[in-house]
Amino acid sequence: MTIDSDAVRHLSEASVSVELQTEDMTLNIGPQHPSTHGVLRLVARVDGERCFDVHPVIGYMHRGYEKLSEVRTYPQITTIVNRIDWVSGYANEIPFITAAEKLMGLEVPERAQYIRLILTEMARIASHLIFNASYPLELGAATPLFFALRERERVLDLLESVTGGRFHPNFNRIGGVKPAYASGSTTRKLLQDLPAGFFAETRVAMDKVLEAVDELDALVADNEIIVARTKGVGVLPPEVAVAYGVSGPNLRASGVAFDLRKTEDYLPYDRFDFDVITGENGDCWDRWHVRLLEIKESVKIIRQAIDTIPSGDLQAKVPKVIKVPKGETYVRAENPKGEMGYYLVSDGGQGPYRLKIRSASFSNISILPWILEGILVPDIIAVMGSLDFVLGDVDR
Amino acid sequence: MPSWVTDLFSNFWVSLTGKLLLVALLIPLVGMVIGFAEMKLSAKMQYRVGPYFAGGRWGWAQLIADGVKFFQKEDIIPTDADRPVFKTAPMLVLVGTVALFVVIPFGPNLIFRDLDVAVFYALAISSLSTIGILMAGWSSANKYSLIGGLRAAGQLIAYELPLVLAVVGAVILAGTMSLQGIVQAQIEAGYPYIVLQVIGFGVFMVAALAELSRIPFDMPIAESELVMGYLTEYSGFRFLFFFLAEFANMFTLSAIAATLFLGGYWLPGVPDDVLEFAGPIILIAKTFLLVFAMIWFRWTFPRFREDQLQRIAWVWLVPLAIFNIIATALLKVIL
Repeated sequence: MTIDSDAVRHLSEASVSVELQTEDMTLNIGPQHPSTHGVLRLVARVDGERCFDVHPVIGYMHRGYEKLSEVRTYPQITTIVNRIDWVSGYANEIPFITAAEKLMGLEVPERAQYIRLILTEMARIASHLIFNASYPLELGAATPLFFALRERERVLDLLESVTGGRFHPNFNRIGGVKPAYASGSTTRKLLQDLPAGFFAETRVAMDKVLEAVDELDALVADNEIIVARTKGVGVLPPEVAVAYGVSGPNLRASGVAFDLRKTEDYLPYDRFDFDVITGENGDCWDRWHVRLLEIKESVKIIRQAIDTIPSGDLQAKVPKVIKVPKGETYVRAENPKGEMGYYLVSDGGQGPYRLKIRSASFSNISILPWILEGILVPDIIAVMGSLDFVLGDVDR
Repeated sequence: MPSWVTDLFSNFWVSLTGKLLLVALLIPLVGMVIGFAEMKLSAKMQYRVGPYFAGGRWGWAQLIADGVKFFQKEDIIPTDADRPVFKTAPMLVLVGTVALFVVIPFGPNLIFRDLDVAVFYALAISSLSTIGILMAGWSSANKYSLIGGLRAAGQLIAYELPLVLAVVGAVILAGTMSLQGIVQAQIEAGYPYIVLQVIGFGVFMVAALAELSRIPFDMPIAESELVMGYLTEYSGFRFLFFFLAEFANMFTLSAIAATLFLGGYWLPGVPDDVLEFAGPIILIAKTFLLVFAMIWFRWTFPRFREDQLQRIAWVWLVPLAIFNIIATALLKVIL
């Protein structure tokens, strides 16, 4: 005979208070809920406001991209990977394209690499600004949303002016990038690969973004209530974060200076001067603040890149029908949400034999049961928001 | 005025009907004005335009359109809901608000009923709406509603005490619990009581915000946590009742604060005969000043956590209010 431990616990409680029988409540947060960033479902067992067991349920948004990419050609797959983490669609393309290029042994022209780098950092700014917009909203402050989204619009406009898309640019080609007006006249294509005035507009936009970051810092960071709600809440110790495979700003907020931009060579980040921002306590406040400061670092990188961008080709010589030689490789990159990697296995055909996607949010939310144990119901939202995940990135 | 008109209005039933009609019209009107102000002010703070098209100019008809929309909605009652309680809750919330209008003096002679224990009455009635909220939370058969309702109950217990204690200072100074009497006492003293009751006023406003469950104390609703708290299962005109009650409650509590601490319908230097007809305008102006502050807080502050709210109430507000009472009592003896 098995003994139900819960039943025993209830019996022991019942003997203490015979008149007032209490019961744990199972609270189903999501899949339809204002702060689950899509369709995450948390099954929380709560005792009043105290929740002692959280069980995340994922998969509501599974679109089968890994399987789908087995029946697509390489150029077609960039449209799919755009939609994994849709908040920073552009950044998703880079590791995949780099993986294919690595197997083909292609040398990507410098200018194309610089353009990729600039746009990746813009995607990072856009993603972090979305976080800075939605996080105070989850804590109840509605107004910072508009401050952050207004600046994000400037960045998205720039992205759109180059790629033609705001969320899903689909801009990278194997061996380089697609020029902005490639479908237009040939002379234009030769004269300008980036739209006219792009650099000047970028400089202006970056100044505005920096202003907005300072404004958000003053508006949110010094707010007593924000500090009361986030300081010391949801502390993630570095060893636990590493053990769970947490990456990106969430890991750096715990004090681990791990940034793939510094260690990997998928884009020429080693030529630029920027800092790896780390937090001290690994609490919600640190996770929020690390992202805010990372915007500044991205602005720094973009400014250096547009000052030093070399001229030259945008596209390496590639055959008309792209076939990737037999082999396998793993390329990982620092996405705005964390480490994003593609394990590409090719059998020499026009599409991959197998494409394993390692997305940042999936590993990041694996910490949820650990970090939400014994927390208050309002803090569930505060912690969940601070991890900054996107459900498309979790389920793929 | 011809004599038959005066006769007509001195008839008890006629004047009662007139007063009831006035209140019945006043509450939706006040609710709409504040709701519209909230829309426009929040838009201003967020670089938006707000309502724009309804009614042609500034979107002035937006809330009328919203009200009509609410009446068209299907009235959904969950299967597991406790039907009678579920249906009574919105009415009870609104009743508390309506009953508050009775004791607010809008002018020297413009008051529905000048009770001797008006302050006591107002504070007791204002907590009635919380019982409605608790009923709504319990009867909805929804876990979010339940948590929201219980949070509202916890909030009521924590904030009723500072609210009552904050008022005591003004009552001591005036020597009466009648709101009309308190205004008269301020006129005689020649200054509004906020001069001496800064702490009392501050505590009252914070407690009133908690009582209204508006940000930073909106845990019973807490959209990002509890979906819509005790309102989750309500739709159509029942939902509208809650909304109307919230805005009207903002008005009444601000009006009581204005009466107790800001001199009510009186402005220094305005002669008595002018007060007769300017009184309501002055009171409403003062009230809207306080309502504006509430809207301002709503759109600039985040939300506290429930345990932090309790902490503020018991560790800060109650001792502050008691200190204020002792200081006021000493002052009264010395003066």
